[in-house]
Amino acid sequence: MERRSPAFTFFIYACALLLAAVILAPIAWLFIMSISPAADLAAKPLRWWPQAVDFSRYGQLLSTAENSAGAAFTSSLRNSLEIAGMATLAALALAIPAGWAVSRTPAVGWSLSMVIATYMLPPVALAVPLYMGLSHLGLLNNVFGLALVYLSILAPFTTWLMKSGFDSIPREIEAAAMIDGAGLLQTWRIITLPLAAPVMATSALFAVLLAWDEFFYALLFTSDQRAKTLTVAIADLAGGRVSDYGLIATAGVLAALPPVLIGLVMQRALISGLTSGGVKG
Amino acid sequence: MSGTWMTTRAWLLMLPLLVVMVAVIGWPLVDTIGLSFTDAKLVGTGGDFVGIDNYTSMLSSPNFSRTLVTTTLFAVISVAAEMVIGVLAALLLNQEFKGRAILRALMILPWALPTVVNATLWRLIYNPEYGALNAALTQLHLIDAYRSWLGEPGTALAALIVADCWKNFPLVALIALAALQAVPRDITAASLVDGAGPFNRFRFVILPYLAGPLMVALVLRTIEAFKVFDIIWVMTRGGPANSTRTLSILVYQEAFSFQRAGSGASLALIVTLLVTVLAVAYAALVRKTAGGAA
Repeated sequence: MERRSPAFTFFIYACALLLAAVILAPIAWLFIMSISPAADLAAKPLRWWPQAVDFSRYGQLLSTAENSAGAAFTSSLRNSLEIAGMATLAALALAIPAGWAVSRTPAVGWSLSMVIATYMLPPVALAVPLYMGLSHLGLLNNVFGLALVYLSILAPFTTWLMKSGFDSIPREIEAAAMIDGAGLLQTWRIITLPLAAPVMATSALFAVLLAWDEFFYALLFTSDQRAKTLTVAIADLAGGRVSDYGLIATAGVLAALPPVLIGLVMQRALISGLTSGGVKG
Repeated sequence: MSGTWMTTRAWLLMLPLLVVMVAVIGWPLVDTIGLSFTDAKLVGTGGDFVGIDNYTSMLSSPNFSRTLVTTTLFAVISVAAEMVIGVLAALLLNQEFKGRAILRALMILPWALPTVVNATLWRLIYNPEYGALNAALTQLHLIDAYRSWLGEPGTALAALIVADCWKNFPLVALIALAALQAVPRDITAASLVDGAGPFNRFRFVILPYLAGPLMVALVLRTIEAFKVFDIIWVMTRGGPANSTRTLSILVYQEAFSFQRAGSGASLALIVTLLVTVLAVAYAALVRKTAGGAA
């Protein structure tokens, strides 16, 4: 380790403080807005910390009383949970066999490359036919329809993650089980899937985050409380005539909570998932 | 087990994924290509074949060229800023100081914040009457009167870029940090013994390790910035006076606001082609960089 001059040490700490402030200030402000009385938020000069902390907006948004702001919010929360859950399960069901196949039989790998190349497609290039198709099937404004469309985003990514995961499980272990007379399904159940459990968990978390974050298709394909997701509900609030900015901030905090918790808890797995792409290209 | 059976079995296992991908990506893409040669409306019958009329009228429209410039500005400036700030943050986080682990954990926060929440948050910060930015700048006496940051064509795009950078530079930082930690200690030590200054050390010793992962981050971020829709839609809807209208917003307006599915489709394919050319050019660059570094 090189020795550092006091000036350099001071410089490092100053930069660290600056970075922490840059990262934290907007997030802290979102939370402070959510617990500040409306009058404080409209005050000039602005009150940076509320006179009286007010958590009532959380109760307001999470209440399910008819025709309240809470009813719209809780239904969108439920829709987001349902859609993210269904799309993630379906994506894993497609990704596990496909990822294993590509990992063990590189000859079919080009088809996965093609699937992954679709990442370049802007969603607007698929939106019109998807809209017409969903409308034809009666799946517009429907959680199943939106979950199906989300597979176009989730499945390529999870398959690629699963494939990298299977790559790190030695074939010899599987081969040994098969020599002992286990069939393919049995080998998977006893050997492969338990070993791949961490990768499956990482893939599932990424899939949930992607589905939770999606906005464009949800904006186009949903129109009311039956299918509107959280992202659309928040954009409605932000773009609408809501006069209480604290309410918008509260909705933001609640929507951010699940992915932020996933991000903090799964930090290591998420980063290795993100950077393995960087290493392998 | 024979090779052909292995391959057949692999295809069978791939089949569900491929079927779904054809349904939600392949078919819509082909259909978009078909639509782009018609004057179809969003609702109603298929429309008539009009050849390449949609393409010529879209490409020659001043809206398109202006939007292309806006998109390019947004993508180039945000991605460049994210890369520079991200690498600087990674170099900092690679130093030893108290609280480093906490700061590193905090970096995940902007990345994990949903895009729409991020856009809403910054919209509130930029609010012309009650926003925190106006309040802070006035209280610091940097501006005299509140400004409408998202409401003026001169500042709206810059305000969007700041919001986008804040969300995305931490990801670049985390990728760069992971790469920095792969630089062997004895190499940096040796360069110190050889008397290399900090800049030479960064340029010749550290940068080669960063180049590969950073190129991948650069490619992915550029493609995403070029396709950008969410953050702009929530913050400005492409306004004011179309000063923040990017290509995806333009396609949305054409196909869904004006319900012109045919010309919207042709525009979407032009965007797709641009992104593809960009990606292929980048991929060649990545291969070169990765080859050079290894």
